[in-house]
Amino acid sequence: MIRFLRRLWTEWTIAITFLRDGRAQTAMIMVGIAVGVAVIVFVSALIGGLQSNIIARTLGTQAHIRLLSPDEVNIVLRPAPGTLQLLQEDKRAQRLRSINNWQSITAALDGLPLLTAVSPVVSGPAFARRGEALESVALVGIDVERYQRIIPLRDYIHAGQLRVGGGDAMIGRQLADKLGLRVGDKLRLETGQQNNAVVNIAAVFELGVRELDARYVYLDLKQAQALLNLPGGVTVIDVTVEDIFSADKIARQIERLTSLKTESWMETNAQLMSALTSQSLSTNMIKVFVAISVAFGIASVLSVSVVQRTREIGIMRATGATQQQILRVFLIQGGVLGLLGSIIGVAVSYTLVWGFYTCGPGLFHIPVAQSLVVMSVALATLTGVLAAAIPSRRAARLDPVVAIRYV
Amino acid sequence: MSDSQQVLRLEALRKSYNVGLPNETEVLHGIDLVIGRHDFAALIGPSGSGKSTLLNIIGLLDKPSEGELYLLEQPTSTMDDDARTALRGSAIGFVFQFHHLIQAFTAIDNILMPLMLKQGKPDRAAVERARSLLAAVGLEKFARTPPNQLSGGQQQRVAIARALVTEPALLLADEPTGNLDTHTAAEIFELFRQFNREFGCAVLLVTHDLRLSAACDRTINLVDGQLVGDALNENRVLTS
Repeated sequence: MIRFLRRLWTEWTIAITFLRDGRAQTAMIMVGIAVGVAVIVFVSALIGGLQSNIIARTLGTQAHIRLLSPDEVNIVLRPAPGTLQLLQEDKRAQRLRSINNWQSITAALDGLPLLTAVSPVVSGPAFARRGEALESVALVGIDVERYQRIIPLRDYIHAGQLRVGGGDAMIGRQLADKLGLRVGDKLRLETGQQNNAVVNIAAVFELGVRELDARYVYLDLKQAQALLNLPGGVTVIDVTVEDIFSADKIARQIERLTSLKTESWMETNAQLMSALTSQSLSTNMIKVFVAISVAFGIASVLSVSVVQRTREIGIMRATGATQQQILRVFLIQGGVLGLLGSIIGVAVSYTLVWGFYTCGPGLFHIPVAQSLVVMSVALATLTGVLAAAIPSRRAARLDPVVAIRYV
Repeated sequence: MSDSQQVLRLEALRKSYNVGLPNETEVLHGIDLVIGRHDFAALIGPSGSGKSTLLNIIGLLDKPSEGELYLLEQPTSTMDDDARTALRGSAIGFVFQFHHLIQAFTAIDNILMPLMLKQGKPDRAAVERARSLLAAVGLEKFARTPPNQLSGGQQQRVAIARALVTEPALLLADEPTGNLDTHTAAEIFELFRQFNREFGCAVLLVTHDLRLSAACDRTINLVDGQLVGDALNENRVLTS
């Protein structure tokens, strides 16, 4: 191995000398590679930043997976063999009901390492009344400690303090505006089940989603249970997961485990998912085509270089260079072009990101991940070596007798 | 001449071009030739007689169509390209008419090139040897000069030093003084003489300068692909 490296020194030296000798040519292809790599790195970072921003905003106000009671269905007896059964069935109305055995399910889910938070919630419809004004709202009874890990409510508090229980409630800003409520005011909640309550507004929150800000009323779990006439029950278990893109898979697992109905964020945001997927597809296509054009650039420059150096290749062959050595001289040139060009390209892409922050709208964070940088440089170097393969083989196979007479 | 004193032996060597095609032409028609360890021979002949073809075959750059070539008593017809390259690198030094230096490298690096290709990064001994050869050809001051800043004669001296750096058994020169003025040509010829004497390497000079061939120890005459004369020279004087 050491002997091989010692011998490789020669090919390395010749390759570098040739690159330095053809300075203008080397500089031009380096610029070409640098631009290509800069485009790839910048576009990847930009789209990556944009997508994670969109996802963060979407998932900031919802659980990754929601667990619900399975739908109630009519139980139809199977007809006796040989008889034809005609059936007209009306689907059953889904009444609000608790998840059976939710305490032990919650405890079981708490033990799953794939999940980062589990929060039982009781939720149902109600009216909020202030004087003559009536608004339909969704009551959400929560355990603040647990729920905070699903949706960081503290970050969304617009006014007041994060507090439920003891007759306290938190309402959205839209609802507060509509009913003219402020922190400290009283609000009457009616559920149409003779369970009405007057609550104290402890906080006004702003999730940034109009629908939620107009409808959500956060209460203590117990108070919501009482209002919705579900003593001791919960209707939903909210769950967050470590890897958001495996939410679908994990939802299926939980479904098998608990036989509850599950909804992952990927299902509820199917349109967003397909937008993100097609966006990734188009950026990947841009990346592939830029990489291909960079590869062809390297290959064509080295092809020209092989022609220019034909006589020198002949001289080296006459003075003892093997075909493998000539091959390696040109492969190394391809690799070095890819390596240096991509390092310059990464520097350029950092400049572009900086320019984007300084001059552009700067709406979201563009993370240039180290792995992206390392991958780009490694791939560009590999591309350089691969692109050099064809010209290198031609150089290695030159007939020394012909090559040496080449003018 | 016993085997151990031979550096090169050709047996019934033939070379054809365009083999199998209608325009197949044979340019060497069965050459038998022996070059001894310390020979200083000239290969002469008119243009198109096959001198360069023969030289390329002897230098293992080209392969004969038929016959066998023994270099340092090793038959070469069955060797693969790597083995031929290795033997060429260790046993043969080339000097070409147009000196053929690599312009991107300095004079000393050009001289070191055969050693670099053979053993990798040159060690101190290799660099010492290259320096002493550069001094021997009178160019010690030009070690770091790129070839294109040297005169034609100086470049040819560098090429000779490069040919000798591997201590080859056989030095092949193809019209080495072909594009030099007579004075410089005489100096270059003297260098070949000197190295033949000092290092004991056999020299085979291809030339059509009859004054040059007359100054060699032996003249081999090739006409139309056949050896028509092989004689030792009586009074070897090079008049410039």
